[in-house]
Formats: sequence, structure tokens, C-alpha cells
Amino acid sequence: MHFTINGRSYEADIDVRTSLLDLCREHLELTGSKKGCDHGQCGACTMLVNGRRVNSCLTLAVMHQDDEIVTIEGLGQVGNLHPLQDAFVRHDGYQCGYCTPGQICSAVGMLDEVKKGWPSHVTGDLHDAELSDAEISERMSGNICRCAAYPNIVDAIREVAGMGDRDPVLKTAAEIGA
Amino acid sequence: MKTFQYARADSAETAVQEAIAQGAKFIAGGTNLLDLMKLQVETPEKLVDITRLPLGEIEQREDGGLTIGALVPNSDLAADRRVIDGYEVLSRALLAGASGQLRNKATTAGNLLQRTRCYYFYDTASPCNKREPGSGCGAIGGFNRILAVLGTSESCIASHPSDMAVAMRALDATIVTLKSDGDRRRIAIGDFYRLPGNTPHIETALEPGELITAIELPAPVEGAKHLYRKVRDRASYAFALVSVAGVVKMDGDTIASAALAFGGLGTMPWRDAGVEAALVGQPATTATFEAAADALLADARGYGSNDFKIPLARRTLIASLRDLTGR
Repeated sequence: MHFTINGRSYEADIDVRTSLLDLCREHLELTGSKKGCDHGQCGACTMLVNGRRVNSCLTLAVMHQDDEIVTIEGLGQVGNLHPLQDAFVRHDGYQCGYCTPGQICSAVGMLDEVKKGWPSHVTGDLHDAELSDAEISERMSGNICRCAAYPNIVDAIREVAGMGDRDPVLKTAAEIGA
Repeated sequence: MKTFQYARADSAETAVQEAIAQGAKFIAGGTNLLDLMKLQVETPEKLVDITRLPLGEIEQREDGGLTIGALVPNSDLAADRRVIDGYEVLSRALLAGASGQLRNKATTAGNLLQRTRCYYFYDTASPCNKREPGSGCGAIGGFNRILAVLGTSESCIASHPSDMAVAMRALDATIVTLKSDGDRRRIAIGDFYRLPGNTPHIETALEPGELITAIELPAPVEGAKHLYRKVRDRASYAFALVSVAGVVKMDGDTIASAALAFGGLGTMPWRDAGVEAALVGQPATTATFEAAADALLADARGYGSNDFKIPLARRTLIASLRDLTGR
């Protein structure tokens, strides 16, 4: 079977049962995407397929032979980081780092969805989707971080989305649950 | 995962031919089917990949309604301006379900066919009449907090998990299909789902190999207010304990028309003509809302840990009706 991943062509001889995630991790040495739950619940395996974020554990590789696939390795490399990778480092948007590739791929897809005007569950007027902390939390709810680096993940995404830093007083209030 | 034969269909006609084979299933988004195949709850012998069929468009019909292709992803459907403008309850229901990643993959037809999230259905070591007919039900007398209180039977109390399908019921959607003999048919959503009875493994009116090609919505109700209220254990990315999809039109202080459907409560996306009969032509008062809740819950039955759903449904319906009628 033939695949296009991060702009590069790959050939792989795989079982039809192979998920897109296992294709990358076990057959193509693209181990950046992580396997958390393997059931679409944690988001650690998030990749971009034709520009859209999806759970790569819940889709068969055989169904993606004509698609453009981007993994964390395709977004940026050491010395040439994607703006979200750079922002995650500077805002400390992780602790153990296991969910981070999925968080970053998901954030890339999510910001593109906002640009297209897609609303979310917390959007008031569905015609007018604008990013806010509540919107980021809702839209990123498919990515679980067991270290609970959520406030810093939101900060990193805020910066790349051009929203600036959170008000320090509000930030503290939110973090202590006030 | 058990192995299977894989076939990619290049037309709806070849897809239904491929699916005649014993143990064949269609696959599109795959977000529910592959999850169940990993656990060997589903063990299809053949998967017919329909993702390349030209069923991914939303079209406005001359009668003012919408025809939604079976493969339109949940996220695209929720964000479509025609859906937001005419069928806000559908956008809201879709956005209340799953995660961004799942909505990008899950399709409109696939969402209608979601299987229950009953723990005993998922656990292949437990008896389950839906997974293995005749094996019994672990949920009756077991952990049933998330399960149904309406439409249950001695064989099964599994709740239907979809949010989207609840809105589709309130909107009187019609399901358009292609059968393996080439016939097309249109099934009203009220006739599409089956109560479990003694055959909980049969969930819909679809025949073996029958393919959903589109879902049709009638023209929007002019001047109606839409609402989808979902009560769940987490603020995001969780199934409904109780949900209400409502489309209500007022004439002064009187309820002129009402369409209400319910999630989390029933063994299928639930709608009860008695609820709407208790509302239409009545003043929008608490007494009217209570009468609607009485009608909804007259036959409700709790199984222990899901008893709380009955009073929760009453309160959620009344709160929803206050919003819908501006009380």
C-alpha cells in the first residue's frame, strides 16, 4: 500500500486491520504520535488528515491511501519548530509530554476550524465563532492531559491565536477555581 | 480484532452488491465500528468502504427542505449556514456530542446507527441480548446508571447514545436508502428505530445490505425557537444522561406548535405525541409544562441506579420549556 505522510511517499505491506496510528508508529518509524487509550477517548494519537484533525487510532490505514497525512514530525523539527510547538515549550504546556504531539496537532486543526467560522458547544450566536478561554477548553476537550497542564496549554494556544496573555488576576482566579 | 475482507466501493450500487455477503458491514467514519471491533463486540467478516461515494453534499431542495448526504461529517453539518439558520437544534445537538476529532470523522448516517454505550454490551465476558441474542441482560439488576427508563423490555434496557438523532427526531427527518435489489425507499425517522422487545439486536428498519444514502429534513418551521439542552456528568465530551431537543412556536402566550425529542432516556431517540398534545394550544404555564412531563414519564421505569433519571427528566423538560416559550 502507498501512503503520503508529511509530504513524503511511503510503501508498506500491512494487514488490513492496521490503524493509521499503528502504521506510523510500528511500520514507518514515525513514533511522534502516541497511543494512549487506542479507543478515541484521549486524543494522544491526533493527526491531520487532509488538514482535518482526527483520532488516528480509530481509522484504518487501508482507507487513507489517497489522503495527505500530517503527523507531529511534519509540523516542525528541532531548530525549525511550528509556532505551536515553540509556544508549548515557552509556556510549559506539558509535564510528561505524552499527550503533547496530539495536543499540538489538535490545536493546529482547531485553530483552522475557528478560522473557517465553525461554532462550538459554548458559542452563543452560532454565526459568530470567536475564540476565548472557554472556547479553547471546549474545542480541545478531546485531548486529555493526565498531568493537567491545561492552563499552560490554553496560554500557548492563546499566544499563537493572537489573543495575548490572560489577565494575571483572572488567570490566578481561574487556577484556584474562584 | 478479528480479520476481515476489505472492499472499497466506487458507487452506491456496487456498495450494496458487495454488502450482500454474509457478515458484511459498511464502514465510513468508523469511529464507533472500529472501537467495537477492537473489543470483538463487532466481528464483521467483510468491510465495504463507502467513503469514496459521492454522498458528501448538503443540498437545498425546491420545497425549502435540506437533503443531507449520508457521508457529510458531523462537524461540517453542524457548521453549515443553512443548518444553523433553519435547524439550529441540529447544530446544537451535534456540537454537544463527542470531540472535535470525532466530529470530523463521524458521518451523518453513521451517527444514526451508533450502538449503545451500555457497559454490558461492551464487556464480552458479560451476558447481553443485544450482542449475543439469548444470553441474558447484565444491566437489569446491574450497574445501569446511564441506561434507559423508557421503551425498555425484559431483554434490554440499553439507551441510544446519539445527540444528533434526537434532533433529527424533533425535526421529522426522513432516511433515504438503497437496497441490494436496487430499490430505493424513504423511511420516516419515527419508523426507523425499533424498540428492543425480545429482539434487541435488531435496532432499525434497515434490511441486510441496505445503505443509507441521505437524510432529508422538511422545510424549517418559520418563527420557531430551537433548543438542545444536554445534562451530563462532564461539561464536555460525555454522553447525555438526559437531553431535550425542542422546536417550539408561540402565538402570543399560547403554544402554537411543539416538537420535542429526548436523549439518554429511551432505548431509541425518544418522541411522544402525548407530550406535544399536552402543550399545543395551551398557555405557557408551569401547570402546562408539568402536564407535558407527566405525559412523557407516565410509563417510565427505573432499574435502581438509573432511577434518578426520571425526576431529572422532569426538571430538564420544564426548564427547557421555560426557555423555549420565553417564560
